[in-house]
Amino acid sequence: MRHYVIAFLLSSLLVISCNKKDDIIIETGYVPTPMPFSIPQIFQDKLLPPIVPIDNPQTIEGIALGRKLFYDPILSADGTQACASCHGPQFSFTDPRQFSIGIDNIAGTRNSMPIFNLAWNFNEKFFWDGRVPSIELQAIEPVINPIEMHNTWANAVASLQASIDYPQLFSEAFGTSTIDATLVTKAIAQFERTLISGNSKFDKHLLGEATLNASELSGLNVFLDETKGDCFHCHGNPNNPLWTDNSFHNNGLDETFTDRGLGDFTGDPRDFGLFKTPSLRNLAYTAPFMHDGRFVTLEEVINHYSEGLVYSETIDPLMKTIAQGGVNLSESDKADLKAFLLSLSDPSFINNPDFQDPN
Amino acid sequence: MKKIALIVTIAMAIASCKNTDDTVVNPVAVSFNFSHNWDGNAIENADFEVTQYTNAHGEELSISKIVYLISDITFISSTGVVYDAGDYNLVNVRDGNNITFTPDILIPPGDYTVSFTFGFDDEDNIDGAYLDLNSSDGSWNVPTPLGGGYHYMRLEGKFIDNTSMEIGYQYHVIRANDMNVLPLLLQDTSFKVNLGQVTVSNNTNVEVKMNVAEWFKNPNEWDLNALHSFLMPNFNAQIMMSENGQLDVFSIGTITQ
Repeated sequence: MRHYVIAFLLSSLLVISCNKKDDIIIETGYVPTPMPFSIPQIFQDKLLPPIVPIDNPQTIEGIALGRKLFYDPILSADGTQACASCHGPQFSFTDPRQFSIGIDNIAGTRNSMPIFNLAWNFNEKFFWDGRVPSIELQAIEPVINPIEMHNTWANAVASLQASIDYPQLFSEAFGTSTIDATLVTKAIAQFERTLISGNSKFDKHLLGEATLNASELSGLNVFLDETKGDCFHCHGNPNNPLWTDNSFHNNGLDETFTDRGLGDFTGDPRDFGLFKTPSLRNLAYTAPFMHDGRFVTLEEVINHYSEGLVYSETIDPLMKTIAQGGVNLSESDKADLKAFLLSLSDPSFINNPDFQDPN
Repeated sequence: MKKIALIVTIAMAIASCKNTDDTVVNPVAVSFNFSHNWDGNAIENADFEVTQYTNAHGEELSISKIVYLISDITFISSTGVVYDAGDYNLVNVRDGNNITFTPDILIPPGDYTVSFTFGFDDEDNIDGAYLDLNSSDGSWNVPTPLGGGYHYMRLEGKFIDNTSMEIGYQYHVIRANDMNVLPLLLQDTSFKVNLGQVTVSNNTNVEVKMNVAEWFKNPNEWDLNALHSFLMPNFNAQIMMSENGQLDVFSIGTITQ
């Protein structure tokens, strides 16, 4: 008998739940328009589908709102700085300065990360130190970071709520004109998930639509050769067109650490000096390089791996012949490797009109 | 793998028919638990990056990564019926990912001889074919110049070399390839691991034990000073790793019902 009672109560709850859901839909009277992903062919062929949170599906209205917010300085305390101030589209959504400057003219300590293909970050660890588990949560921090936008979410939300157009745009995107931080970051995350780069010369080469020159082909071989570049163990390969493992490594930059990277987040000494592997896509636009932007040119990056490695306790075992500074690539191998790496850049991405400032 | 799945489906259909005639026996799933040790001492997350092991050749070493692929867990009944889901599992020891795995197949309770393949055999080792593996652990693929396909194992860490320097090792197991021969010579170095007899009932879990020390021990005592890096394009090293894996690396542990 007790089972029947429980079953009856559960059924009642279900009916109530259904009714409440119907009421909400009737009350808001609006359902945003789903927006399917535009997935590059090479990603469809080689990768799992992108990650989209169940509670934040891509919609036309949400993406448009996120794009507007991304470029709008309204989120900063003094109305001078937008996400795009440090993540410019012409730089593959990073900052050409070594360290970005916040609204109080204070510089950060890490180079701004480029933004693309984030929906394929299967590890779901964001920032150089992997400290947040979603794009939505990532977007929370810059607004309140004292050396970035230096605002409070209460102020940011109040500014949006008091504006002429945002309440209506939120209503269209989420069915409510009552703005909060969660909805702001959801919209920005939707826009950021549309920032997909998969149309480089190398992508076209894989699809039979472009031909690599001799230097680029030789560079690919250097990249894939375990006795030379051995870049593929961290940076992917033609079957992993993300060109990153989205994981964390100590790549032999320093003997001691002023920035502990992943270790600052986990507190685990084994993680000291580990930073996220950046994608090799769009290197033509993303200088300077490394987490602290110490290298201005690709040549400097290649020279580091070739002869500049230094030992530290947490250095990754994949860093070879450290006593010699690295594998000592020939100058022609270096030039070829650079040529190949640049073939991963995607001008159609940085020039995509859908990604530019709508304001 | 697809052929095997088809055979299994037909076999299951036949088995089901027989069961209907006699007594109804519901097929069951069997789960596997992968455990790891160094000569009997369990390897836990806290043991990684700690120089605490000594291999058979005498080098002191640490482990920073153990990730490996197993496939085609196969059950052969006492009447010779073969059950194989044809799926695979990528075990990440340090992160604890996929330590438990249940092949996607239901089998009638009973006695079975159980085995699996370490890595992918050539039938399954298809370049770029597995979308989850393409982005797993960064780059689980093997580059095309080395024959393509996928890694079988990435065992990495550091050791104290014969000049007292700490340097990295990359014990990467893949299909053996000889780039000095044209066309590229490939040799399937995956191998079958026989776990022996298992009685399968409703909630059977089989522990598969890996003794990591054995990768460095038998029949090829591994000198890390000579063989620590650049092993993927080293045909003979790949043969030796495969030989070591086939002896005493894997064994069956506790079976719970």
